[in-house]
Amino acid sequence: MDWGALHTILGGVNKHSTSIGKIWLTVLFIFRIMILVVAAEKVWGDEQDDFVCNTLQPGCRNVCYDHFFPISHIRLWALQLIFVSTPALLVAMHVAYRRHEKKRQFRKGDQKCDFKDIEEIRKQRFRIEGSLWWTYTGSIFFRLIFEAVFMYAFYFMYDGFRMPRLMKCNAWPCPNTVDCFVSRPTEKTVFTIFMIAVSSICILLNVAELCYLLTKFFLRRSKKTGNSKQQPNHENKEETKQNEMNELISDSCQNTVIGFSS
Amino acid sequence: MNWAGLYTVLSGVNRHSTAIGRIWLSVIFIFRIMVLVVAAESVWGDEKSAFTCNTQQPGCNSVCYDHFFPISHIRLWALQLILVTTPALLVAMHVAYQQHQEKKLLVLTGHADPKHMEEVKKHKMRIAGSLWWTYVCSVVFRLLFEAVFMYIFYMLYPGYQMMRLVKCEAYPCPNTVDCFISRPTEKTIFTVFMLVTSSVCIVLNMAELVYLVVRACARRGQHHSNPTSGKSSFYGHKHSSEYKQNEINQLLTEQDGSLKDMLRRNSGLQEKGDRCSAC
Repeated sequence: MDWGALHTILGGVNKHSTSIGKIWLTVLFIFRIMILVVAAEKVWGDEQDDFVCNTLQPGCRNVCYDHFFPISHIRLWALQLIFVSTPALLVAMHVAYRRHEKKRQFRKGDQKCDFKDIEEIRKQRFRIEGSLWWTYTGSIFFRLIFEAVFMYAFYFMYDGFRMPRLMKCNAWPCPNTVDCFVSRPTEKTVFTIFMIAVSSICILLNVAELCYLLTKFFLRRSKKTGNSKQQPNHENKEETKQNEMNELISDSCQNTVIGFSS
Repeated sequence: MNWAGLYTVLSGVNRHSTAIGRIWLSVIFIFRIMVLVVAAESVWGDEKSAFTCNTQQPGCNSVCYDHFFPISHIRLWALQLILVTTPALLVAMHVAYQQHQEKKLLVLTGHADPKHMEEVKKHKMRIAGSLWWTYVCSVVFRLLFEAVFMYIFYMLYPGYQMMRLVKCEAYPCPNTVDCFISRPTEKTIFTVFMLVTSSVCIVLNMAELVYLVVRACARRGQHHSNPTSGKSSFYGHKHSSEYKQNEINQLLTEQDGSLKDMLRRNSGLQEKGDRCSAC
């Protein structure tokens, strides 16, 4: 079970996402997960082995490393990516539930169900409306929250996103204050900034998607209320026309009985 | 055979699970197995090589590491996850057995065409009858394994927190020696995370157990008030599968008379709008 499996799981959700949602998923997989796996993991690979302190005191290096890096950047990003991508599964579950209901209707032979076979139900793409809209919006909201929480955790732990070259440590058992040197600090800073930037882009995409969904919701609502006002006048015109036609037909054909439904 | 293989095996079971069962499976795979593979394994990767003792005595390092870590967290979690996910295979086996029985029934009633056979394979089994008992057993075993491993964890590593420093005096270390563990804070964070997800899984299992029991009681109550409703089976919601099996057995053992006449006499075998092809 690795990033590839997550990609398979989330790929299915992609079908029911908005266009912005699809862009977000692509950015997530290509610019975050892929960069993490092919590049960042190698940069942080020797983070503890090459963390060198100016002392021979056994244990001092371990303690200082633990003091300055309570949780490694890589692990934090891995957790962030897992948490940020999982709300999409709520949508997947809701879609699966709707499909299950449609299949049940189909099996009962319900007249309302207009699918030819089960395969069609399986392949159908659901429109984001009704309860699915609420689930989808909820999932975007959770994504935003998780992104924000992890960005804050990052900032809180590593004070400004920059990796210093030198750290001064005086935790026991280090004798006095000891200089400790971080491995590849500039490369780590570059990748940290890159990941933060892409994280911000993802946040923007989520906010845009949220706005898009809200706008669509309000537009649909106003269209519905507009239609329901127009409908009685429209119906009256239709009825009048129909009545005229009926009169003409019944006048011309005396022996024919035709039933029209109004 | 790795975690991906386990995922393939268990995805099949997913289809016959309850909704809570599916949520449980997602939590297991995404928040436990995936976190274990992509994050936790690299945190514990250098646990032995970076375990440093304040001594130059050869062997002291190894002995102290072995004394404080009889079995590594990672291996314990891997065992826990394998044991916790395997009871679902009981359900898979039972479902396979039921599908086999349905296929036999189809062959005997003369509906052995590929389309019907495919339907048997694809349709979702209702969790009723003996399958209910198997399912409940699998959930109970899951709960048991989770609880046992949580207890083992507590026994081996009391408090769940990873210390920075441990004092060791096992032979051949001279006197008491300070030993320093690598990445203790990160390890504590992941230990707490895995424990929390374990607890979430325990809660989900209990909820599933309660749901199954309540559903069974509700169905029983419905059955008492409406005795004509039969057990679940692929065909015929009107008749129980046992009744039909008895009829078929009777037909097969009869020596005299043609099958056609018997089937015509026993109209209870006719499914909805379907005529037996042997007639």
